[in-house]
Amino acid sequence: MTIAVTSDSAAAPIFYEVDEHAHPDGGSTSLGFWIYLMSDCLIFAMLFATYGVLGGNYAAGPAPKDLFDLNLVALNTTMLLFSSITYGFAMLAMARGRIGQVQVWLAVTALFGLAFLSIELFEFAHMIHEGATPQRSAFLSAFFTLVGTHGLHVTFGLIWLVTLMVQVGQRGLIPANRRRLMCLSMFWHFLDVVWIGVFTFVYLMGMLR
Amino acid sequence: MSASAVSQSAMSAFSTPVSPIFGRLTLESFPFHEPILVATFAVVALGGLVVFGALTYFRLWGYLWKEWFTSVDHKKIGIMYMVLGIIMLLRGFADAIMMRLQQALAFGGSDGYLPAHHYDQVFTAHGVIMIFFVAMPLVTGLMNYVVPLQIGARDVSFPFLNNFSFWMTVGGAILVMMSLFVGEFAKTGWLAYPPLSGISYSPDVGVDYYIWALQVAGVGTTLSGINLICTIVKMRAPGMTLMKMPIFTWTSLCTNALIVASFPILTAVLALLALDRYFGMNFFTNDFGGSPMLYVNLIWIWGHPEVYILILPAFGVFSEVASTFSGKRLFGYTSMVYATVVITILSYLVWLHHFFTMGSGASVNSFFGITTMIISIPTGAKIFNWLFTMYRGRIKFELPMMYTVAFMLTFVIGGMTGVLLAVPPADFVLHNSLFLIAHFHNVIIGGVVFGMFAGIAYWWPKAFGFKLDPFWGKMSFWFWVVGFYFAFMPLYVLGLMGVTRRLRVFDDPSLQIWFIIAAFGAFLILLGILSFLVQIAVSIKNREQLRDVTGDPWNGRTLEWATSSPPPDYNFAFTPVIHDGDAWWDMKQRGYKRPLEGFKPIHMPRNTPTGILLAACAVALGFALIWYIWWLAAVSFVALLGIAITHTFNYNRDFSIPAEDVIRAEDARTRVLAAQVTP
Repeated sequence: MTIAVTSDSAAAPIFYEVDEHAHPDGGSTSLGFWIYLMSDCLIFAMLFATYGVLGGNYAAGPAPKDLFDLNLVALNTTMLLFSSITYGFAMLAMARGRIGQVQVWLAVTALFGLAFLSIELFEFAHMIHEGATPQRSAFLSAFFTLVGTHGLHVTFGLIWLVTLMVQVGQRGLIPANRRRLMCLSMFWHFLDVVWIGVFTFVYLMGMLR
Repeated sequence: MSASAVSQSAMSAFSTPVSPIFGRLTLESFPFHEPILVATFAVVALGGLVVFGALTYFRLWGYLWKEWFTSVDHKKIGIMYMVLGIIMLLRGFADAIMMRLQQALAFGGSDGYLPAHHYDQVFTAHGVIMIFFVAMPLVTGLMNYVVPLQIGARDVSFPFLNNFSFWMTVGGAILVMMSLFVGEFAKTGWLAYPPLSGISYSPDVGVDYYIWALQVAGVGTTLSGINLICTIVKMRAPGMTLMKMPIFTWTSLCTNALIVASFPILTAVLALLALDRYFGMNFFTNDFGGSPMLYVNLIWIWGHPEVYILILPAFGVFSEVASTFSGKRLFGYTSMVYATVVITILSYLVWLHHFFTMGSGASVNSFFGITTMIISIPTGAKIFNWLFTMYRGRIKFELPMMYTVAFMLTFVIGGMTGVLLAVPPADFVLHNSLFLIAHFHNVIIGGVVFGMFAGIAYWWPKAFGFKLDPFWGKMSFWFWVVGFYFAFMPLYVLGLMGVTRRLRVFDDPSLQIWFIIAAFGAFLILLGILSFLVQIAVSIKNREQLRDVTGDPWNGRTLEWATSSPPPDYNFAFTPVIHDGDAWWDMKQRGYKRPLEGFKPIHMPRNTPTGILLAACAVALGFALIWYIWWLAAVSFVALLGIAITHTFNYNRDFSIPAEDVIRAEDARTRVLAAQVTP
């Protein structure tokens, strides 16, 4: 009898789940955010390509050698790389569940990010002051747009970071906030990677042209 | 415009008076002097008033807001996308028939009835609307409605994002419609090539309407692409491996991958055009090192994948329809999947065939010519798969199947003219001729439009619980098919004789007869559209006779037919378990019994008005940027950011449908089904 029941139930295929399987909240978030980052990456790829095509069109205006100050750019790059490291520390603190440490490292990250933006704006202001405006040549249009788009991303990253600090302060390291910190972490490191491309392709190679 | 005005720098746009409050918006911006537009406005305003009055009279605003506008249910959002697409089809078609009429009349010294600046806006708006606000919403709507049901999911991965995406698409459509009565639209053709679309040659608001409408809608499209990829990758029912997914879901996956991989390019290239126009930069200008051809390359790197974004889901529809109405498993499922994926990849390697005449040289042109021709191989494989699916099947010629057969015949012609155009030397002769126009209408109407009509007729009973009226459906079908051939076959002839696109007047009277035939075809298509609307009205009126209570009116094969029509909010009371590619067919064959008890509460996302508010801010921002109303731009941007941030402070986005509600809904279905079996 028992055997019959068993073999019977083995023969009948299962067409639905009687007990619902678990649906973890935000189960698709990492994947979704990755795909978003890749779509953003395409925007940068397109801006790099544009710079690659137009970057030599100085229109009898200033060229990279006349404009770029590698020491300043090196300092700027350091700021952004440090901000990535400190964000990493924030994530390590999150893994240990230390809210205070997370907040401190996020704040340090924000300061580095702010320093990066300030130096970039200083560089832009200096160039514009010298007459190297975005309107001056296709090279400068492409330069300001590529570097500026990166800067805009950092700006939004900062707004997001401050928002998250408030939310972590309000609710602590609940799963939703951990997920958000993880997304911002990917975003922040992504901007770092893009900047390394900018540093190499625009600044270093620009000095060689 | 005098030559000196043209040669002025881009900054001249700012020297024209810009009021701090109204920007460059003045009373002259409203086209009172254009009788056609005033009459159109009167009709639209009157129609709008009637709709508004009716909604108010029947107290439907609260219902619409609560149940539809703020809904995150993928089914309702899908239906709203379809409604948007159909409404915009009317506008896009009005443009089409105006063009056909103009070209049929403007012979023998006649100037026709459309002045040049109006005609140029009409052909631009026609292209933009048909692609972005008809085809895209119809395709996205169908995917939104069908995909979660086909994979046994309760909703998409990011339901709020889905609502937001929809309203951004509406926002773009609103901006385009606004340009009809406030200012004007672009006069540049649907891809707005510079330098014509630059500030020197298009100093007015038309191109700005174009840019911001597409930017607003583009954000929505990209996000909905991400959303549907995640849904398909992450939310398939247990047992549904990738190679057991319904073919429509496969084509949707590929389409959304294409969306995510191409729309960012469009966003970026339009942003660069905007920088040229607003800040006087020199990306695409003629001087200071700018390169107009860079724009053409970049926009086609988006533009070519875009045509596959539209056609792949239509291929998916035809696959489902051919298999269902032949009563057979789809022939060559695996090859169909591979063909789809190959088309997806190849669609990235052909963009240059849109401008062989750029003069890239023989080797570059041959590369792109060959890749273009190669695409016809997987596409041809698909055609044979559909034919073999029908071979020895018990074919039922319901409306969706009729569209499928018409598609196969029509699309093959379009495909062959496409291979012709892929030959660079031939393209040098046919480039920008009416032959090209005939070709892409041949594949878009014969492929996408027929596919969408097939899809609507096929899934309508699922969405509403009753079939569409077959008589008016067949009327619509025959008017569309015959109308298409009358409207576009003459254009092939004219194109071979060397007539180029976008012409407003003609000198050679011997050409007129072809244009008259084409106009007659457009008139037949008009009857087709009207019959389609009548079909919907008649079907709603006769819904009791057309009622389907089984949820499976076509003896379907895939999971969406396993649930009731219309499906409950939660789609499936229990998550289905899949053993076979044709999951529902398999369940029916192996004695699936619908569960009658043991229902549990179901976790669902909560409705939210944030999406519509964000999109409203985006429209305000777009409008402000178009008209240089800088204060409004700042205010709406800050509002956009503020609302978005506020939304992230809401952690409570879900609720549970209580088990009693599930039991009530399922019991009601049990009674209906029982009443149907016993009589």
